[in-house]
Amino acid sequence: MTFLAAVGRTFLGFLAATGRLSMFTGITLSHCVRPPVYWRLLGRQLVDIGYYSLPVVGLTTLFSGMVLALQSYTGFARFNAESAIATVVVLSMTRELGPVLAGLMVAGRIGASMAAEIGTMRVTEQVDALTTLSTNPFKYLVVPRVLAGIISLPFLVLIGDVIGVFGGYLVGVHKLGFNAGTYLKSTFDFLETQDVVSGLVKAAAFGFIIAIMGCYHGYHSGRGAQGVGRATTNAVVSASILILISNYLITELFFAR
Amino acid sequence: MAEKAMAETMEALPKIRIRDLRKSFGSNHVLRGLDLDIADAESVVVIGGSGTGKSVLIKTITGLMDADGGSVSIDGVDVLQLSSSERHGMMNRFGLLFQAGALFDSLTVLDNVAFGLVEAQGMPRKQAHELALDFMAQVGLEPAVGAMYPGEISVGMRKRASLARTIATRPDVVFFDEPTTGLDPIMGDIIDELIVKCVEEFKITALTITHDMDSARRIGNRIAMLYDGKIIWQGPTAEIDRSGNPYVHQFINGLEEGPIELVTRQA
Repeated sequence: MTFLAAVGRTFLGFLAATGRLSMFTGITLSHCVRPPVYWRLLGRQLVDIGYYSLPVVGLTTLFSGMVLALQSYTGFARFNAESAIATVVVLSMTRELGPVLAGLMVAGRIGASMAAEIGTMRVTEQVDALTTLSTNPFKYLVVPRVLAGIISLPFLVLIGDVIGVFGGYLVGVHKLGFNAGTYLKSTFDFLETQDVVSGLVKAAAFGFIIAIMGCYHGYHSGRGAQGVGRATTNAVVSASILILISNYLITELFFAR
Repeated sequence: MAEKAMAETMEALPKIRIRDLRKSFGSNHVLRGLDLDIADAESVVVIGGSGTGKSVLIKTITGLMDADGGSVSIDGVDVLQLSSSERHGMMNRFGLLFQAGALFDSLTVLDNVAFGLVEAQGMPRKQAHELALDFMAQVGLEPAVGAMYPGEISVGMRKRASLARTIATRPDVVFFDEPTTGLDPIMGDIIDELIVKCVEEFKITALTITHDMDSARRIGNRIAMLYDGKIIWQGPTAEIDRSGNPYVHQFINGLEEGPIELVTRQA
């Protein structure tokens, strides 16, 4: 009986949390399409998410591209398919690794920072102060971050794709001895628009997920340092899991036969 | 005739009328049918021990928390019945000085003071900054402080800056949440004087909550005591020492013996 009660409580808790998150998302989306838009805050968030995440995304995709080329070579060499390496690298980077790695890295960097910042504002009554100064906290705090997430991630992923492919090129040409022209030709011969577009759609979705989870957990942060700490952890963990789940769903949408 | 009768009714109507206000958190009934009237341009101080629901009272009136029941009429309009957008519009008329200031960390002091003017009233930033400097001067802050961030100034200065931000939008009702908590006696005295000055100069209706009796005597025209979720005594500040209420007597004299039970452990 106790076990069933615990299961019931957990399930009800899950439903309540899902409801709260859905309402939070709905309110945010409704404010996204209604004026005013805080352009200065949007600009600041674009710089924070897009520009300052470049080094971490660049490094991650560079080494992932390099490892991918190296691993593919050792595997493909077993059945004389080394020439497919360039294609494997570019397709993996644009379709999967670019968006997912960038998403996970930005979730760790930006999702945590959003949750901590808004959580601290909540705990120190700054969010209430916004309300008393006739400023909607959703419009002022959440909308700029969500819009910036949706706009920034595709650009980050595009740059990450190029860097990742370049990583594969470095290993392929300088370590494995491929001809530079042939490698580049193989890279672009089998690349289709849909490969890049699907990655960018994923990136926009991931940007939305990261920002909404960071803001949601910060906005509903518990009291004190412990509450803010928990909100930060929850923001990163939930964003990461949702990124992986939505990655599968979007892939299914684009490439299911 | 009808207009005259209406005018007389409005005159008789207090600025703020709170009736049967109730708020609970689970089984913890914080406000249990609170009644309170505040006249126009009057300064009322609500006193009470820690955890008696003083902050909850202010947050419920301003809509930062939803009440479970009752009514809060301001100029005859029950703010608890307003839609969120109507209440949002009414916020222009309210000011709230938070206990810890609640200045925005990411903005300079000048931007903080000018915030309501820019965001709520749509004033051009340059004009808002000029006006903000005037309000900063009124609370005794040098213009140079305007360029600093809240984390770079003392608690007392933060309180002053927060007061300047609160009055900058010229609200007609201001709520002060523990204005002297965390301040030394000298700074507490200064903040009290600033509050009295602002209330008198701008003809503000003020509701202050505090457990600092010195502050309550300085700020209030009238004092009300909150205990067990209700106002158990209220009267002119000068009469509090002759209240005849054992709860008030115990609280204002800081006595351990009396009808107020000290909660030393959570139930």
